[in-house]
Formats: sequence, C-alpha cells, structure tokens
Amino acid sequence: MLEVLDYAFMQRALLAAVLVGITAPAVGIYLVQRRQAIMGDGIGHVALTGVALGFLTGTNPVWTAVLVSALGAVLMELIRWYGKTRGDLALAMLFYGGMAGGVLLINLSPTGSNANLTTYLFGSITTVSQQDVVVISLLAAFVVLITLGLRRQLFAVCQDEEFARVTGLPVRTLNLLLAITAAVTVTVAMRVVGLLLVSALMVVPVAAAQQATRGFAMTLALAVGIGVVVTLSGTVFSFYKNVPPGASIVVLAIGVFAVITALAAPLAKRRARRPAAAAEGRCTLKDDVLV
Amino acid sequence: MTRDEMTRETTEEPMAKEPDGSARPGDRLERRTTAEGAATPARSATPDPPAAADADPVISLRGATASLGGRPILRGIDLTVGRGEVVALLGANGSGKSTAVRAVVGQVPLTGGELALFGTPGRRFRDWARVGYVPQRTTAASGVPATVREVVSAGRLARRRFGPPRKADRAAVRRALELVGMADRTRDPVGALSGGQHQRVLIARALAGEPELLIMDEPMAGVDLASQEILAGTLREQVAAGITVLLVLHELGPLEPLIDRAVVLRDGCVVHDGPPPQAVGQHALPGHDHVHPHAAPDAEPIRTGLLT
Repeated sequence: MLEVLDYAFMQRALLAAVLVGITAPAVGIYLVQRRQAIMGDGIGHVALTGVALGFLTGTNPVWTAVLVSALGAVLMELIRWYGKTRGDLALAMLFYGGMAGGVLLINLSPTGSNANLTTYLFGSITTVSQQDVVVISLLAAFVVLITLGLRRQLFAVCQDEEFARVTGLPVRTLNLLLAITAAVTVTVAMRVVGLLLVSALMVVPVAAAQQATRGFAMTLALAVGIGVVVTLSGTVFSFYKNVPPGASIVVLAIGVFAVITALAAPLAKRRARRPAAAAEGRCTLKDDVLV
Repeated sequence: MTRDEMTRETTEEPMAKEPDGSARPGDRLERRTTAEGAATPARSATPDPPAAADADPVISLRGATASLGGRPILRGIDLTVGRGEVVALLGANGSGKSTAVRAVVGQVPLTGGELALFGTPGRRFRDWARVGYVPQRTTAASGVPATVREVVSAGRLARRRFGPPRKADRAAVRRALELVGMADRTRDPVGALSGGQHQRVLIARALAGEPELLIMDEPMAGVDLASQEILAGTLREQVAAGITVLLVLHELGPLEPLIDRAVVLRDGCVVHDGPPPQAVGQHALPGHDHVHPHAAPDAEPIRTGLLT
C-alpha cells in the first residue's frame, strides 16, 4: 500500500491532493451557501484560457491560470452587482468564451496541443512538478487564510448580503476577495482534479456533509474531511488503475454523498425514536378550542 | 419608571386591546397613547418632548425620492424619528414602506431629498453598530445549514467586524437569544424553525449588536399569534431600555400599545403622520386577534380608521 510513497511524483501528487481536498470544499461552502454552486465551474472554464495563455507565452501555466481566472471571477462578481437581469446569460458567455479561448490559444502556441489541455481538463498525477508543488502550497495557504480567517465575515455576507451591508461590513471587498479566492482554488486544484471537475470538489463534499450536519462550522469541518479523504484515495486509485485522478476523485465524492444520504435518513429516524423525542412527537393534547 | 406609574397607566387605558384584557406592565408608552391618542384622535402630529429635547432626531428623511427600475417609489416623503420613539410605517402593498426603510439603511439610493442618521448625513454615516436591521425575510436559512447561534452571531459583527469574538460578544449573543425566547434552540438548524421562530432569530441577530435604533421590515409577516406576543414582549423590554424603533407593519396587532406614532404611506407619499389608526370593522371586535398568517398579503387592505 505504502509503495505509492516510494515515487517522488506520487509524493508530490498526494501533497497536492491534500491541499486540494482542504481548499476546494473550504471555498465551495460559501458558494453553495450563496446558492452559486455553479460559479466554480465557470471559473474553471475561464482558467482554461489562462492555461493556454501560459503555453503561448512560455510561462508557467499555473500563474497565467491564476491571473486569468481571477480576472474572470472578478468579472462574474461585477456582473452579479450590475447585470441583475440577464446575469445567467453573461455567465454562460464567460463559460463558452473561456473554453473556446483555451482551445484557440493552445493550438496557436508552438508547443501546445489539445493533448496538453486534456491533463488540465481531467487532472494528472504524473505532471505535478516540484515547482508546481511550491506554487500550489503558497496558493493553498492563501486560500486557507481567507476561508478560515474570515469565516464569520464571509458567512454573514453569504447568509444575508443586505443584512451584512447594514452591519457595516465591507461587503463588496469581501465578495471580490471570495471570488479571487475561488479562482486561486481552481488553479490549485487543476493539476490534480482538472478544470472541468474542480467545481465538483467544491460542491459535492459540502452537499455530502450537510446531509448529516446541523450547523455551518460542522458542515465546513466535515466537508474538508471528506475532501481530503476522497482526493487522497482517488489519487492512489489513479496510481494503480491509470485513470485520470479527477474522474476517480469525483466519482468517490459522489459515492460518499450517496452513502451519507442513505445513512442520514435512518439516523434521523432513530433520533426520533428516543424516549424524550417520542414523547414530543406524539399528540397528547386535549381539544380546548372555544367554539 | 416606577411601579406606580405603570399601574396607573394601565388602569387609565380606556379600552384594553388584548382579548383577555390583561395588564401590560412595563409599558411606558401606554400613557402617551392613552392621553393623546384616545382623547384627541384627530390632533395633528407634534414631536414628543424627548425628541424635542434631543437636538438631532435619530432618523430624518426630508423630501426623499427614490425609484426602482425607473418607476418612482418614494415621491418626496418626510419621516422623522426622535430618540426613544416607536414609529410604525403603515400602508398598502406597493405604497413604499419597504423602500422607505431600505433607503434609511442605505440599501436604496435616494434620487432626491436628504437622509440623516443620528444627525450625520446618510452618505457619511459609518456608525452602523448603532443600527439594528431586520430585513424582510420569510426564512433565515441559506444553501448550507446554520445553527440559530451562528446566524445570531453574525449580528455581532456590527460591533466587532474583524478579529475573534470575545467574552462580551458571546454574552451579547446569548442575551439576544434570551430576549426573543430562543435560548433553548441555539444549536438547532434555522432550517427547522417555524415562521415565527425565524423572525425571532432575525430580531435576535439585530439585537446582538446592542443597537440604539432598531429598524424592522414587516417583522410580523407570517408570524403566529403566540410568536407575535413574544416579539411584542421583547420589543417592550427594549423600548423600556430606551431603544428607538422604526418598523414596517401591515397591521398593528399585539404591537399596538407600543406604537407612539404611525406614518401612513400611500403611493409613495405620506398621507398621515400622527397617532396610530384605530382598528375598525372586524378588527375592532372583541376577541379579534389581528392575525392573518395565511391570508394573501394583498387580501387584507390596511384599516386606517382615521383615514378611510
């Protein structure tokens, strides 16, 4: 089992996987709370253009992806502020533009081809370089700092934006910060999970966790736990079966969601069967309605 | 406020509004309502002495205009709330009540006129910790489960925007939960609460910041009578402690004895500023509980006895 650790590339892939497992749900929970689960997907598509731009200009695609996806995320946030009426269309445009721009630019670049893009689309365990690990670690530290350090503030903004504004919180700044953090997370995750599936890792662990939790803090903790477990086990599975890690990680995450959902129902039923709860749950009141 | 005064006020009340006719101790506003409202219902509005004594009104809207989507919603309204006053904003749906309070808290830009909060022009007002806001919501839930305590704690950010919560912050949150009678539900998810409990949580969230001014948009919408009574009790304690209140109401209900003054809007204009309207027709019948939790919002036109 531990032979996977003998390979340097696997050590790097597993480290990247842990960072993805922590950061993706930590950002995703706020997007889900704001009912914008799909936003991560949009940023993922835009990041594709960033990756291609890296190939075209000969710079590390991680940096160009951070830059372009952050710009895309800020643009989405601006659309949310100003374009209230047809925001969904503008968002769709960004999706398609990001995808098409990526394919266009990669084919224009001398070294790139669609095959290069595939590793970014679905993730790859062999391509995480030493340099990538350093960059990913730095970016992940930033994401953790924001999502945990500003937990109460981001919670308030995503729970009830109007109320948050009236408390005097800098809501616009926090929203922009969250958008940029989401973009950074997409870039952290693209090596391992891939750009097309990164959004799943932002959403599915949160969805799975909230089947069993009652509060935000618990949901956050459990979602990060699920995230780390599925990214690690999915990466190891990919090592043995030679499949893109993004696919195995997301299938695993959905499996965890299914298992927790299946377990949560009987658990709630048993809770209702406890003596105290049973007394509460039965009608013992007499008719005292005045007629 | 002494016990004597309270007793006297209660006994002077000519017509007990509550079905059981029970006294409402601790209600320092009873006297004003009784002496002014009942004796001379048609008098013109005069500022209350405490408001006059205080140089700056807590809220001052002068000739305020606002539009939403190009349609004028407020067409030049004046609204002044003095320190310690409880003012109800009444009016039919679409009369501009919600827009008026959202303009006061800076969530709807004014296209004309002036706004001042605590004597500071609205544009320059930054002291949001002094304002507690209860927006119009049917639910406190969002896309991720949150406990009652987590939601109420968000209100404390008005006092401590950044940095970890301290002992005083946790105590304020606990106090706010006790005030609305939800102290035993702190760990429950807000998604599992009834409509009335949701409103109590939202009010606790506003109170967690220990505001001087409480602004509430339809806090009684969809709230059953029992919860309305609890909310009225909460508000009564806050008013006794000196809080200033501006609230949008569809109907006065159990809050009626607390209201100092009513401002009635119609089509974006103030048509009445003075004593609260008396219930007429069915609403005046003894035993009528003033609750229509299941009625469609526009099915029940506001009964403004003085005006219609």
